[in-house]
Amino acid sequence: MTTTQIWHALAGGALIGAGSATLLLLNGRIAGVSGILGNVIRATAGEQGWRIAFLIGLIVPALILGAGSPLLPGDWRWAMASGLLVGFGTALGSGCTSGHGVCGLANLSARSLLATLVFMGTAVFTVFVVRHSAAT
Amino acid sequence: MKFVTAMCAGLLFGAGLLLSGMTDPANVLGFLDIFGAWRPQLALVMAAAVFVTAPAFLYVRRSGQNARGEPVELPDRRRIDGPLIVGASLFGIGWGLSGICPGPGIVLLSTRSGIVFVFMGAVIAGMALLPLVRRATERG
Repeated sequence: MTTTQIWHALAGGALIGAGSATLLLLNGRIAGVSGILGNVIRATAGEQGWRIAFLIGLIVPALILGAGSPLLPGDWRWAMASGLLVGFGTALGSGCTSGHGVCGLANLSARSLLATLVFMGTAVFTVFVVRHSAAT
Repeated sequence: MKFVTAMCAGLLFGAGLLLSGMTDPANVLGFLDIFGAWRPQLALVMAAAVFVTAPAFLYVRRSGQNARGEPVELPDRRRIDGPLIVGASLFGIGWGLSGICPGPGIVLLSTRSGIVFVFMGAVIAGMALLPLVRRATERG
């Protein structure tokens, strides 16, 4: 890891935190991306405007600056399996990396700490199986 | 006003994901690959994000309101149940397969890459599947 990467990680993380703090302090809402997206697609009764505004805000910096051309592992079936698990899992577990991992930990939530340890654990296991086991 | 502040929050969040390198699955998978060429960036990103967000939560938790004086109810911090564990486990498996979670997935739609649309379409399908599975298990 280069010094530049360290600074980018810290500054990027601070920006993510600033976004989460802004949404909490000014909207009284948790910046959990899976929860926000889930409520938009389920067309939950009540306020949708702020959710859609947040999601638009999320993508705009990449539209202006470009997100490069990152490579996804596997083919479209692999991406589909991954997406289904991510969507179903975050809906069932009420959160993802942002909701449990950033906001939950910042709120000193035991529930979110456990969720974060569990999804980190199964993710590490999955990467191990995919990259290092003889089966694949 | 609520739209404006929510969009600003999204802009900060999206810029952070981009700058931190977390929209590149290689960095995420590199972090999760603790037995390979480990990339520790994700830990720094999370630590910095939590560090900046924590005071805001402390304020809201103590006062029960946001900076505008509106009442805020924060999520349960203690309840640990089956859905939390099973859901987090499944999410982790899916995350480990691609290195993309919902935030970066949305950001990467900007690349107009077909495989990202497949991924995000599947995320939405997976989310929509939950109430159907719940209804089916309740009936059975």
